[in-house]
Amino acid sequence: MTPLTSITAVAVPLLLDNIDTDTIIPSREIRSTGKTGLAAGLFAGWRYQAPGGREPAPAFVLNQPRYARARILLAGGNFGCGSSREHAVWALGEHGIRVVIAPSFAPIFFGNCVRNGMLPAVLPAAAVHDLAQVIDADPQANPLTVDVRAQTVTLPTGRSWHFPLESEPKLMLLGGLDAIDLTLQMQQRIDAFLERDRLERPWIYLGTER
Amino acid sequence: MRDRGAPGDARLARDRERDGAADLTKSSGGSLFGKIWERHVVAELSDGAALLAIDRIFLHERTGAVALGSLAAAGRRVLDPRRAFCVMDHIVDTRPGRGDRTLMPGGQAFISETRRTALAAGLTLYDVNDPEQGIMHVISPELGIGLPGCTLVAPDSHTCTQGALGALAWGIGSSEAEHALATGTLRVRRPRSLRVNLTGRLAAGVTAKDLGLALIARHGAGGAKGCALEFAGEAVAALDMEARMTLCNLASEFSAMTALIAPDDVTLSYVQGRRHAPRADAWSKAAAHWRQLASDPGARFDEELTLDASTVEPMVSWGVSPAQSATVTGVVPGAAPQRPLAYMGLRPGQALRGLPVDAAFIGSCTNSRLSDLRRVAALLAGRHVARGVAAICVPGSSAVKRAAEAEGLDRIFRAAGFEWRESGCSMCFHAGGESFRPGSRVISSTNRNFEGRQGPGIRTHIASPETVAASAIAGSIADPRELVS
Ligand code: SF4
Repeated sequence: MTPLTSITAVAVPLLLDNIDTDTIIPSREIRSTGKTGLAAGLFAGWRYQAPGGREPAPAFVLNQPRYARARILLAGGNFGCGSSREHAVWALGEHGIRVVIAPSFAPIFFGNCVRNGMLPAVLPAAAVHDLAQVIDADPQANPLTVDVRAQTVTLPTGRSWHFPLESEPKLMLLGGLDAIDLTLQMQQRIDAFLERDRLERPWIYLGTER
Repeated sequence: MRDRGAPGDARLARDRERDGAADLTKSSGGSLFGKIWERHVVAELSDGAALLAIDRIFLHERTGAVALGSLAAAGRRVLDPRRAFCVMDHIVDTRPGRGDRTLMPGGQAFISETRRTALAAGLTLYDVNDPEQGIMHVISPELGIGLPGCTLVAPDSHTCTQGALGALAWGIGSSEAEHALATGTLRVRRPRSLRVNLTGRLAAGVTAKDLGLALIARHGAGGAKGCALEFAGEAVAALDMEARMTLCNLASEFSAMTALIAPDDVTLSYVQGRRHAPRADAWSKAAAHWRQLASDPGARFDEELTLDASTVEPMVSWGVSPAQSATVTGVVPGAAPQRPLAYMGLRPGQALRGLPVDAAFIGSCTNSRLSDLRRVAALLAGRHVARGVAAICVPGSSAVKRAAEAEGLDRIFRAAGFEWRESGCSMCFHAGGESFRPGSRVISSTNRNFEGRQGPGIRTHIASPETVAASAIAGSIADPRELVS
């Protein structure tokens, strides 16, 4: 996974609450059993004029030249609710997004972001609105700088906001770490747990009862 | 708001360290969630996160092949395939006489790849025409795979349904599924706790579905803020197991990490005798363990909410989030936002009752179990759906379907004008295949009414199975209580 320490990029606002993962990538756009080939399906229901079509809907923000090369998404509350599909994060990532800033995230989506080197940054709704307003005046002239180590989002004017980030996701993002590798380093602890738990709760260990 | 981290939880952990093996029946002053969490901690990580042991993993064909394929590509194997399961439920065809062919374009590849990778990894697979096939959150409790006190994860957001057993069950992404398969654990941030006290009793004709929708409508789709939610109170104790599953199912629409209900006699009698449930001595030991899982009287929660269940009425959604719901006798709120109303073709102040529907759907992991089908059949008996209404029933599992047929319910559904399908997720969600006639207004026993959820432009109103049945008969959104009286 590519580490994420800091990024300065154009941000695109999509400030609706409760944007669900089927809106981020409709199920019908998930056509293979892999993690790639998903960018074209990103926000397909809003981005294109007709379902399944590829004729851009000019009004949709991602189609507007003023937001070209956006790598940061500003969103409303409870972003990524609905289906657990990680394809939502893969599609955003393939499109180039590395950071989503929102007042809150659906729990599964939050975890999926971190697992894929994407930062879910929580800022109060008022801050997200302020950011969107400044950006909207001239997106290309107002790129945001997001610093994972300092946990800050900063405008070119120097105005800055601090976002919370617990140490586990922070370490994963900064180091581009693979969670499975990290956990396998604790194999002895896992084995010790299983050895004890097999005696205490034998009914959990199917196929070993007799 | 109270202090985080019940003191009793810490005591339980300390006791276990001191005593080596903990006494499984000890009471700790902790919460249901806290007790299950503590028992599964393999190692503490930073910031209150923990490496948690995962007892059960369930995959499905929509995403199973991604996780298993990626795991194999990384040269990793499944730690304990005997505790990992896979089912074909999401995109399988539900029309009679089905095979691997599915109406979703390219869907067959998902089915065959999932089959190949699941069998190669040694998982127990419930294949398309397996007699035990069904929606994972229906078959897992049915088969005794999900058990009280266990941790169970699946790459599906409605995994919290199984918290009704008193299990810690939650939905994860694909990468986390790989992690759980490879290590038998997950790195989990300890969620805040929320207890929802449901006082009073539900009135006649009002169901767990209405209760869940009323709660979400009152507090918003983000209301549970990622918490581990415990449903407690008189109204919950009075629910049967299947209704408890309906209630916990909706916690996903409330943005809870998971939902739980304390195991009681209702739970234990449901679990006993199920395929993978413990037997004989193991049963006694397990049952004693499960009985002490209920939150102790002194248990602390980060947040609490209370709702008087006796005030709840049948609910129906009017917008594109389950939070956008009102009583069936109510109206679209005057202050409703424009966008959902445009999608739904409604105006502020418009009455919901009497709104013509084009289709009616009974199915999904929310409301497709035998008790749901029985209640619907009781309303349908001797009646017929209105002209022009496409009515479809998809039993939640193949076992539910067989049991319903043994009771003759299928004949009642068919005589009333319902299609009677094979089990699966079917038209609960749209994967590019089957949908309703374009522009349809659908009354549905499912859990999500998002834009396009049941197909592009489809206008979904979610409601209880009773309300779906009454509306199908009337040809417009109807109050089921009028059918009974
Ligand atoms: S029935 Fe619907 S909500 Fe339930 S698992 Fe299937 S698609 Fe998801």
